[in-house]
Amino acid sequence: MIDSIQNMFAYDFMRNALYASLLVGIACGLIGTLVVLNRIVFLGGGIAHAAYGGIGLAYYFGQDPMLGAILFSIISALGMGAVHLRTKARSDTLIGVMWSIGMAIGIIFVSLTPGFKADLMSYLFGSLLAVSSGDLQVMALVALLVIVLVGFFFRSLQAISFDETFSTVRNLPVTGLYLMMLVMIGLTVVVAMRVVGLIMVIAMLTIPPATANLFLKDMKGMMLLSIGLSWLFSSVGLVVSFALNLQAGSVIILVAALSYLAAAGIKKLAVHPQA
Amino acid sequence: MTGQAVIELEDVWAGYESDRVLEAVNFRMEAGDYVGLIGPNGGGKTTLVKVILGLIKPERGSVRVMGVSPEKGRQFIGYVPQIQQDDKAFPIKVWDVVSMGRLKPDLLHNLSLKDADKKIVERSLRQMDILDLAKRSINELSGGQRQRVTIARALATEPKILLLDEPTSSVDSRSSSQLYDLLADLNQSISILLISHDLTAISTYVKTIGCVNRRLVYNGQKEITGEMLSSAYECPVDLVAHGLPHRVLPHHHEEDDHD
Repeated sequence: MIDSIQNMFAYDFMRNALYASLLVGIACGLIGTLVVLNRIVFLGGGIAHAAYGGIGLAYYFGQDPMLGAILFSIISALGMGAVHLRTKARSDTLIGVMWSIGMAIGIIFVSLTPGFKADLMSYLFGSLLAVSSGDLQVMALVALLVIVLVGFFFRSLQAISFDETFSTVRNLPVTGLYLMMLVMIGLTVVVAMRVVGLIMVIAMLTIPPATANLFLKDMKGMMLLSIGLSWLFSSVGLVVSFALNLQAGSVIILVAALSYLAAAGIKKLAVHPQA
Repeated sequence: MTGQAVIELEDVWAGYESDRVLEAVNFRMEAGDYVGLIGPNGGGKTTLVKVILGLIKPERGSVRVMGVSPEKGRQFIGYVPQIQQDDKAFPIKVWDVVSMGRLKPDLLHNLSLKDADKKIVERSLRQMDILDLAKRSINELSGGQRQRVTIARALATEPKILLLDEPTSSVDSRSSSQLYDLLADLNQSISILLISHDLTAISTYVKTIGCVNRRLVYNGQKEITGEMLSSAYECPVDLVAHGLPHRVLPHHHEEDDHD
């Protein structure tokens, strides 16, 4: 079995896929923890789907779809963030609207673009096996940026996540920190899109931290364990998908989801052995 | 006697959109004071706290904290919010919560916790008698312990004023009286403003009492006056009638408390 795994990674595309999973896992572990703890999963989903508008536009104008996705995800992150900060109670409605507008723009411009568009499916469902070295560079940059920003501003980010009001009273730049966090979410979503597709990005962001949170009760530990779990889920998923000839992104998500359920079950048994 | 005013509100009107919650509020608190403000739920207590912290701009009137605007003056306030059951799931250790008291507006300062800051965090934990809980997750704590953590975080800001919003709402009565003893100690160096709907609990401990219900009635006295009851409209008369420590009420001479 070790042999056959070694054989798999003799292929360039498999090595690229593995590197991509590792780089994206770093960003997802750090940012996913913030998304989960700030309870802005819906906002994360909104950013991912709105980014499709950028992909469609870039396609229509013959630009790199990745660039369009980055631009749209940052704009939508800031827009949704502003809405979320200003109207806490009703923000989910407005975020849902922006989510759909982004998708609608994307679909219209894609259909206006003549020619064969099979490639577009890869943005919806991921195309881990088609990751190019250019993609890897973007992923490495995003991972590095996220590591540096989260590492540097860890205490401040922890404070606004835990108690926004107290942070405001301490005169921390809460809005600035919040928007910085959202831009990082936007960038992470775009690179995670290559791995699992925009439809399943949410799972990639939330399942590793949720699993880590079952066992760890501090944010730093949660972030580190989430990175490790992302790596584990995506490399296992990658190998299984290759062996069974299935779509990689979906297998990764299923591996993650099953692991979460198993972990939750184990925890429950450990806490209430009779139940 | 007039000392230095730490909190000063003049003719403050405030509320949300069409719903005015506070009207013509005048309030002056001096260094060393220990003021308890009571009032019914929905009477504007929380709005008053937000106005003092500069989280809500009043429609009218002026607010001063340590002689400056609330946005600037709030750095001197150790804010102790009401414990929300909601944030229970947040994975964080007691030490990390209390260290938040050392955060500054300058993000570069916040990169790491300096040694001097560590000493202050440690001292605050010791003051609240929870140094042994420092490495515990806040989710493992009782309501009373969590409240102490929140107060320790406020103390770590080295405040001139301690502002507590419903500090005993999720605390059993024994820990709540211990909490009030601690606050009485702290009052020797810090002014305290305490907001609560629970008159019985606070009346024995604070130095002066006021009443908020749209309007604020506060004369800097320990006793609940008839004026408070009548002009603050529906101040919690039911609370006043039942099981109140005697010394809070002035002597009644009417038959109106029998019915």
